[in-house]
Amino acid sequence: MITLLTLTPLVGALLIVGLEAGRAQAARRLGMAAALLALLQAALLLARYDTGAAGLQFEERAEWIPSMNVSYVVGLDGLGLLMVLLTTLLVPFAMFASWRVDRDVKMFVVLTLFLEAGLLGAFTALNFFHWFLFWEISLVPAYFLIKLWGGAGRVAAATQFFVYTMVGSVAMLLGFMALFLATGTFDFMQLGALGSAGDLAPRLAERAAWAGLSGEHLALAVFLLVFLGFAVKVPVMPFHTWLPATYAEAPTGVSMLLTGVMSKMGVYGLVRILLPIFPEQIRALQTPLLWLAVATIVLAAFSAFAQRDLKRMIAYSSVNHLGYCLLGVFAAVTVTESVPDGVIERTAVLNGVLLQMFNHGISAAALFWFVGLIEERAAGRRGVDDFGGLRKVAPVFCGLMGISLFASLGLPGLNGFIGEFLIFKGAFPLAGWAAALSVLGLLVTAVFLLTILQRVFNGPLKPEWGGFADLTLGERLLVLPAIGLMFVLGVHPQLFLQFVNPTVVQLVDQLP
Amino acid sequence: MLAWTLYSSFLGVLVLMFMRSTSAVGARKVALFTTLAGTVFALGGVQQLDPGGEVTVVTRIAWVPALGIDFFLGADGISATLVLLTSLASVVGVLFSWNIEHRAREFFAFYLALIGGVYGVFLSFDLFLLFVFYEIAIIPKYFIIAIWGSTRKEYGAMKLALYSFVGSAMVLVGLIGAYVLAGSATFNLLELARHDYPMSFQVWAFPMVFVGFTILAGLWPFHTWAPTGHVAAPTAASMLLAGVVMKLGAYGGLRVAMTLFPQGLDYWRDIVAVLAVIGIVYGAMVALTQRDFKFVIGYSSVSHMGFVLLGLMTLSEVGLSGAVLQMFSHGVIAGLLFAVVGRMVYDRTHTRVLSELEVMRLGRALPFAGSTFVVAGLASMGMPGFSGFVAELKILIGAWQTFPTLAVLAGLGILIGVAYTLRVIQKGFFSGLTQESPPDAAGTAATLEPITVPERVGAVLLIGASLAVGLYPRLLLDWIVPSLNSPLFSRIWSQGGM
Repeated sequence: MITLLTLTPLVGALLIVGLEAGRAQAARRLGMAAALLALLQAALLLARYDTGAAGLQFEERAEWIPSMNVSYVVGLDGLGLLMVLLTTLLVPFAMFASWRVDRDVKMFVVLTLFLEAGLLGAFTALNFFHWFLFWEISLVPAYFLIKLWGGAGRVAAATQFFVYTMVGSVAMLLGFMALFLATGTFDFMQLGALGSAGDLAPRLAERAAWAGLSGEHLALAVFLLVFLGFAVKVPVMPFHTWLPATYAEAPTGVSMLLTGVMSKMGVYGLVRILLPIFPEQIRALQTPLLWLAVATIVLAAFSAFAQRDLKRMIAYSSVNHLGYCLLGVFAAVTVTESVPDGVIERTAVLNGVLLQMFNHGISAAALFWFVGLIEERAAGRRGVDDFGGLRKVAPVFCGLMGISLFASLGLPGLNGFIGEFLIFKGAFPLAGWAAALSVLGLLVTAVFLLTILQRVFNGPLKPEWGGFADLTLGERLLVLPAIGLMFVLGVHPQLFLQFVNPTVVQLVDQLP
Repeated sequence: MLAWTLYSSFLGVLVLMFMRSTSAVGARKVALFTTLAGTVFALGGVQQLDPGGEVTVVTRIAWVPALGIDFFLGADGISATLVLLTSLASVVGVLFSWNIEHRAREFFAFYLALIGGVYGVFLSFDLFLLFVFYEIAIIPKYFIIAIWGSTRKEYGAMKLALYSFVGSAMVLVGLIGAYVLAGSATFNLLELARHDYPMSFQVWAFPMVFVGFTILAGLWPFHTWAPTGHVAAPTAASMLLAGVVMKLGAYGGLRVAMTLFPQGLDYWRDIVAVLAVIGIVYGAMVALTQRDFKFVIGYSSVSHMGFVLLGLMTLSEVGLSGAVLQMFSHGVIAGLLFAVVGRMVYDRTHTRVLSELEVMRLGRALPFAGSTFVVAGLASMGMPGFSGFVAELKILIGAWQTFPTLAVLAGLGILIGVAYTLRVIQKGFFSGLTQESPPDAAGTAATLEPITVPERVGAVLLIGASLAVGLYPRLLLDWIVPSLNSPLFSRIWSQGGM
């Protein structure tokens, strides 16, 4: 079932490769069919998912490379399910958004489908070897999508993106090799059990000793290597410098996928891999890590505020929003006298992190889509000061984009609120100072998102935008599901929490 | 049946020599048929091997009984892996030489002789015989480069031949010493490998034999023949050089030097490992600065073969099996890279200078070449899913265990590999492709001959092999791992502490 899901976009891509050159429309339709088929399968998985059970469901196992103790294991828990759903939802959205790409359409659709397969594979694989395959594979289509279809600075942006991510990947690979030597397994679940039981440091000291370091120090070094891989992907400041250029240069549909899903790979890794395997190491480095989270939240918000380019503003706001996820993950390992077991707080904070991932995926993708439309209609201009008064000529456009902006700044009743609320609810008792500092980020976010609203939509209408077209019927229909989800999740978060909560409870239970 | 791989190759040489017609078409067909037959024999032959990893005797006839020299062909899983690689590379090499018109009959005769020699080395378990085949492989290589090559071909050919001969002289001295000291009047590798040589002998015999062989594997600082040789050689010859001949060196180092002189190995191990890592990093750094497309690939071979040597020095099952897998993997991937650069690009554009290729928009003019090179480049930089990843992963795990610092440095080499690969992908195929440019870039596209069917088939075969092994490494590991645990290698383990 899961294998089939990952293969669906791949088969679609291969079919499109087989099409004759020049059949652009057929390529688009076939690509969309494959993406919708994947969405259908994800919906089926959602329907058949047993919300009462905590562990993995739909598990598939097979022998793969016995000499390295690698088997093929895929499965879904609440976290994986949420990510699969997000991916399969956003890919058709992004494909529709890219419908007007008219250069090398065949290749564009093929690469998009490859990217989807890579993402789905990474969210379902439960063995490092297998997961790393997809983690790396998803990088390749993203690189080419930026490089070949991006804006003026695309070559530099794509290369920077690729090289940064590769540096992180190689560091992570080295870290996992040390783990493999120490434990003899690449299996996330087994590694997680060992890590949570505190067996990692002694095993590292015994079997992967290096330079006279103690087991604790070795474990910290390995943790830092693995952390670097995720830190680049999320990104955590100061490893974020690839992101604004990349998001700004990528074509709209690709920016949507990059921010909507690919950045989630990093947070997913933090929750799935880093938290269960290295809880003690996170705890040992908690203060500096929390500082990084706070810096990511606050500095990204200020940077967004300082931008004049709408796409870059949204890009920095993405960094800011994922910063809350970092805060949540790092806060979750706290042990203090004031919160003896902290089960309730940890559960809240991690539920918040998971919801925030999904919510941010939806709202950031929608925002990039809107900015893409603005750029398209304004002949490539997207400065925040280039516009004004668009509300008068394009009321629906402004209304719906306004909803997305409010969802993004966390207005109660919309989806963004619920994730951030849960994170702060849990983080205040667990790591009060970091949560308090992060509130500053919330404020600045509100300020710059409202600035966009004000500068672009309100004020006097500049004469050159008199002909700015409102959303067409097709565009309204396209964005409707995203806007609908913002409301549904904002009002009735239980819809998703029921899937996520058992997984989080199990994860919290495992944390030492 | 495995023996017929080399008999059929030499038969092909004879057929070509006595063929009346001088047409290139006939010669090509004979060569293709011969290499295909070799592939069939190789595939059939490996099925008959002992799956438990012991050496299976294929043929054993007394040759010079007085000196204890036998015509002894055999195979274990390591030979099997490399024989399969040779058969694949030989077929694909013919496909990529389909356009050779100049003295085609002789070209393919030398080509098949080279293949026959290579099969011979991989199958010989008599050291004298192995040495004979090793020499047989050197001579056709010289002529192929000197006659059909380009860019300072005489220099490249001579440098390669001289390095090879110096190496084989060193090997010969070491082997004769081993023969005499053992005193049992046999060149049988399996028997010699049971003899305990005194430490004082092993200390100098190991470096003589190991370096003698691994000169051909591009061991730094004896690697300088490799880039010039690769660049000067015609496409098929660069493919075979990188794909198979460099493996001869690594194979000789493993099969002969390491099994005969385990204590010498232990003594020199750290130094060789350091040299290997220097090769990895240095090769990659030099590749990053080249202006000639083929030199980039040439230096990347030095870097990738460094991984093989590092894997050999780990002396652990995981590292050694990674090294053998990397031999296969690099053979396939480097072959593909050279095919794109030499055949698909150079034969059409007549330039390999990156700054000249930059303005040609080859990604548009030759989309198949562009896509193939991108895939090959990804495989070469160690993208998971391709054979190179599994191999380098295993080698690095082995290295982490024994030389953690070197493993980190080798990881740095991988990163530089990413950089130079991206650079040539960009310069070679994608620069100048802008949204503003006319969609067909009519100027260059019209004049370039489209990619032919043999080229497509060859590229697909190589990509398929790399993907198959990358996704399901048991295809080869099920041969390699049991062989490494066989008695022949047991003495190495005792040194490595595994």
